[in-house]
Amino acid sequence: MDRTTIDLWVGVLVALGIAAFFGLAMKVGNLTTSNLGETYSVTAEFENIGGLKPRAPVKSAGVVVGRVDSIAFNSKNYAAEVTLKIDQRYPFPTDTFANIYTAGLLGEQYIGLEAGGDDVELKNGDKIAKTQDAIVLEKMISQFLFSKASETEDKNSKDEKDAVSGAGEKPKSTELGDPPF
Amino acid sequence: MPKIILVNKLLSGLRMTGHRVIEQVWRLGAGARLFFLTLTYSAESFRRPHLIVREMYFTGVMSLIIILVSAFFVGMVLALQGYNTLQKYGSSESIGVLVALALIRELGPVVTALLFAGRAGTAITAEIGLMKATEQLSAMEMMAVNPISRVIAPRFWAGVFSMPILVCLFSMVGVLGGHLVAVAQIGVDVGAFWSQMQANVEFADVTDMLIKSFVFGVACTIIALFEGYDAPPTAEGVSHATTRTVVISALAVLGLDFILTSFMIVA
Repeated sequence: MDRTTIDLWVGVLVALGIAAFFGLAMKVGNLTTSNLGETYSVTAEFENIGGLKPRAPVKSAGVVVGRVDSIAFNSKNYAAEVTLKIDQRYPFPTDTFANIYTAGLLGEQYIGLEAGGDDVELKNGDKIAKTQDAIVLEKMISQFLFSKASETEDKNSKDEKDAVSGAGEKPKSTELGDPPF
Repeated sequence: MPKIILVNKLLSGLRMTGHRVIEQVWRLGAGARLFFLTLTYSAESFRRPHLIVREMYFTGVMSLIIILVSAFFVGMVLALQGYNTLQKYGSSESIGVLVALALIRELGPVVTALLFAGRAGTAITAEIGLMKATEQLSAMEMMAVNPISRVIAPRFWAGVFSMPILVCLFSMVGVLGGHLVAVAQIGVDVGAFWSQMQANVEFADVTDMLIKSFVFGVACTIIALFEGYDAPPTAEGVSHATTRTVVISALAVLGLDFILTSFMIVA
């Protein structure tokens, strides 16, 4: 085997290897910052971002219009400051709503933008004022349980009051009412 | 009299065990010495890069066919098996993540290293074993040519450079094979296949893959070189050495894989 032919084949091997590495890095590993064109960035503050991560999609009407660029903690008002990069082609009015949604029941979290009706459009560096936090499942369940519990309690005390008033002029020992048991 | 025979038998068994253990420890030390000698003499082989390029042709380019074809089939079978299970949970769109992560994190480096040990490692062992058996290495020493810097070091670096390239190719071709089955044959959405993959495969996974492939490349090549260098200069000795190359390389790769993975998962 001639040495120049060997060199050629080794060159082919190395070139293929580098191409495969770039393929893995770009296409599979998603090293590219985004495949959006020109972007403008706006910030939004959330009390709770849940499981939102940088590079999560920003969607409007279900269409990806941008990506989450960075997430920082604002120690002045103890809120999460999320920077969004939105495609230049999609302008949004200043009174746009930014909500954190979950894709599916247990899927990844993303930001949904709902356009308002203002004539003025968001510019680079602007801040979205109207935001809605991520729904934390534990919080929701505990709120639900609380409301259920207080509902039944209300009902119980109401029944008792009715029963007492129905019984007639029997004076009650305490104004505040005894516990229901 | 029979008592003494019994005691002798027991003692000989014990002696054999001890002999084998000492033999293995001796070989381990000799292997480590060869490794360090290779590293010290590699500066000389870097001054003559055409030697490394020549060996890369034999270890890297010649392994290309087996690596690419296996990768294609591994990717296809992963997609087929993964789809079968994932669709039970209604998440067949995650098939891209499954194929890519399985290939990049584990199967790419490990299967490539095993194939490499079988294809290139055995060739290295047999070649060096025969060079020793036909006294070519001694002849080199007679001519004041250091066989380690002229024969061992170029093969070592060729193996170390080839392995990451082959692993990258294996993973990429495997993903393409998975794409062929999942998208073209089964009919998973193309966009979902790639976007789910991109959302869940980190660049750190790719660098971990490269670290693994580098370590496996060093391990497989030095084992093959040592077995050849250490082989008794007989036909039988070379054949035993070739067998041992495959066995020890496979065990070393799987053991190292566990250790490296345990570091990478924690980090």
